[in-house]
Amino acid sequence: MQITGAQMVIEAFIAEGVDTVFGYPGGAIMNVYDEIYKQNGFKHILNRHEQASIHAAEGYAKASGKVGVAMITSGPGFTNAVTGLADAYMDSVPLVVVSGQVPMSLIGTDGFQEIDAVGISRPCTKHNYLVTNAADLPRILKEAFYIARSGRPGPVHVDIPKDVTAQIAEFNYDIELDLETYKPHTKGNPRQIKKAIEAIAKAKRPLFYLGGGIINSNASYEVRELVHKTGIPAVETLMARGVLSYDDDLLISMLGMHGSYAANMAMSETDLVIGLGVRFDDRVTGKLSEFAKNADVIHVDIDPASISKLVNADYPIVGDVKNVVIEMLALVEQIDSDNYESWRETISNFDELHPLTFHEDTDRLKPQWVVKRVGELLGDSANISTDVGQHQMWAAQFYPFTRPNQWITSGGLGTMGFGFPAAIGVKVATPDKTSVNFTGDGSILMNVQELMTAVEKKIPVINIILNNNFLGMVRQWQTLFYNKRHSETDLSVQPDFVKLSEAFGGIGYRVTTKEEFDAALKDAVEKNVVAFIEVIVERFENVMPMVPSGGSLFNMMLLEKKETK
Amino acid sequence: MTENSERRVVSVIVINEASVLSRITNLFSGRGYNITSLTVAPIPDTRYSRLTIVTAGSVRVIEQITKQLHKLIPVLKVYEHADIVEKEMALVKFPITENITDIGTLCQAYNGKIVNVGDNVVIAMVADEPHRIDNFLSIIKRYNPKEIVRGGAVALER
Repeated sequence: MQITGAQMVIEAFIAEGVDTVFGYPGGAIMNVYDEIYKQNGFKHILNRHEQASIHAAEGYAKASGKVGVAMITSGPGFTNAVTGLADAYMDSVPLVVVSGQVPMSLIGTDGFQEIDAVGISRPCTKHNYLVTNAADLPRILKEAFYIARSGRPGPVHVDIPKDVTAQIAEFNYDIELDLETYKPHTKGNPRQIKKAIEAIAKAKRPLFYLGGGIINSNASYEVRELVHKTGIPAVETLMARGVLSYDDDLLISMLGMHGSYAANMAMSETDLVIGLGVRFDDRVTGKLSEFAKNADVIHVDIDPASISKLVNADYPIVGDVKNVVIEMLALVEQIDSDNYESWRETISNFDELHPLTFHEDTDRLKPQWVVKRVGELLGDSANISTDVGQHQMWAAQFYPFTRPNQWITSGGLGTMGFGFPAAIGVKVATPDKTSVNFTGDGSILMNVQELMTAVEKKIPVINIILNNNFLGMVRQWQTLFYNKRHSETDLSVQPDFVKLSEAFGGIGYRVTTKEEFDAALKDAVEKNVVAFIEVIVERFENVMPMVPSGGSLFNMMLLEKKETK
Repeated sequence: MTENSERRVVSVIVINEASVLSRITNLFSGRGYNITSLTVAPIPDTRYSRLTIVTAGSVRVIEQITKQLHKLIPVLKVYEHADIVEKEMALVKFPITENITDIGTLCQAYNGKIVNVGDNVVIAMVADEPHRIDNFLSIIKRYNPKEIVRGGAVALER
């Protein structure tokens, strides 16, 4: 059929099964918004800032496993979205982001709201397109969705000049894609898999190192089976929380800069690292030359560039984690889980020596208690988003995750302001779950305008603001490494968070005691509207354990030993 | 640069489309890799172009470069060459007052000749291995070259 470029965007979204688009209109994208007005194939959610649109699409994608879709205008609309694109790129989140561009005749003239969008998005997207002819749009949009979701997922940006959205051309979406230069390698090499299994059978102290790729590959339940059948203990990265359930005996905990003592010691003592969907991030490894020093490394990842990038892989396996783990399961009889009994005991001794815990030794509430308490009250019924900072680490350490896609956080880029809009996207994707965003008094103000989005579209996100009147994580570093010079991190001057939420039409609570917190959370869940629960917490609490930046995993600063109540 | 930095030649076959060159050069600059020289031209009768990139880095860096290049969507193939024939061209402009016979003889030793004679200048062309081009350019300094342009290396696997 002959339709306009703008109509093609709508038709392609519908053909891709898109049910929600997050976005913000503007001059260059108006033709497409005109078609959005006329259609009813999907809903559009108007965020109040383009960055929030991208984070909302990320939250939607992470909770649903589908491609998130966002739409923005040219110039400032696009540049506002760049942080979101970079965030999605670092965390391998599948997105298709459509932006308007000035008409072709104005490109290169410094036109109003013109910016070289594809030039800017190139290093922070998996791929991008500048569409110069409406006849190319069906193919480009189809490629964009395919590239976003296949291989190592990531954001794809499609920049469409305004005149191209008005051009009429033939639309046929039922086309075979011919991507001769893009063929992700999804099946692992059987010989390498066999060798890896033999190495596991021979190892004395093997350790699963589970990463976010498992969640992207939808392989958590296969990984659970592999872990249980082999009896090999496992550590999770920040991005992999929920791959194993929190109460799994074989799950040690999170590893890395704020990983548990047992997880980091296990990684330091293992003789075989079994890395699944991981990328040996510096926040995980600490000092590279000391990382898993005496271990061989099996590394399964769909991205060949991740393998042997930082840590040499003795058994490199390029492939989709799910396929590879299924292949491994077929060979798993060779492995005798009894062999690892003493290794499991060693690890549980580590855990007894320095368990992941905290002290309730101040008048003020401890932030860790808040996280634990939400876990007790909501547990599996909630999806958990976070912003970035101390609260994020406490949420990762202490929330009882039971399933994949339950945990939505900004890992690679570490974007403050991610949590609230992401939690909006999460709620849209999974309306039957309570959407909770753990945030801090710093982070929440970075996308606070999303109160309006949540009120308008009746998206009941519960924001739990762990308020310590500090940019807590930076303050912690200043305390520990900058001789307590708390440069520009004191946030004593603050808005009234309760009134702030109420001013937008949300609800707010300010709590200082356990009883008040329980009552507020219960009330917020019942009221089912967007809420701020401001919890006044201990100001100088540090996230522990901590591996100082560049230090070795086994050299952790630890929680002071005290009698726990 | 840490570890042993080695000169390497990498050939990249890419779809000949808008912005593909900037994808490649962005990757090098964004990840802190070097480009010593770069040549690009379409491959006849295909929709592809061939880039020859001379770079330097440790074994690990070169491995990352080839993997990262391969990750780019329009990249078809990446060859990191070991056994290659490599040539580079250079053009040099001399004042006509210099000893043209000497210059012509020198050029012949480097697979070249004088290709243009004007009222005030002559232009010489040589084509040889890059390190020999280095030699040539060093030797001809005594003839007061006015302008020098190097073409960048091209290479084929033996």
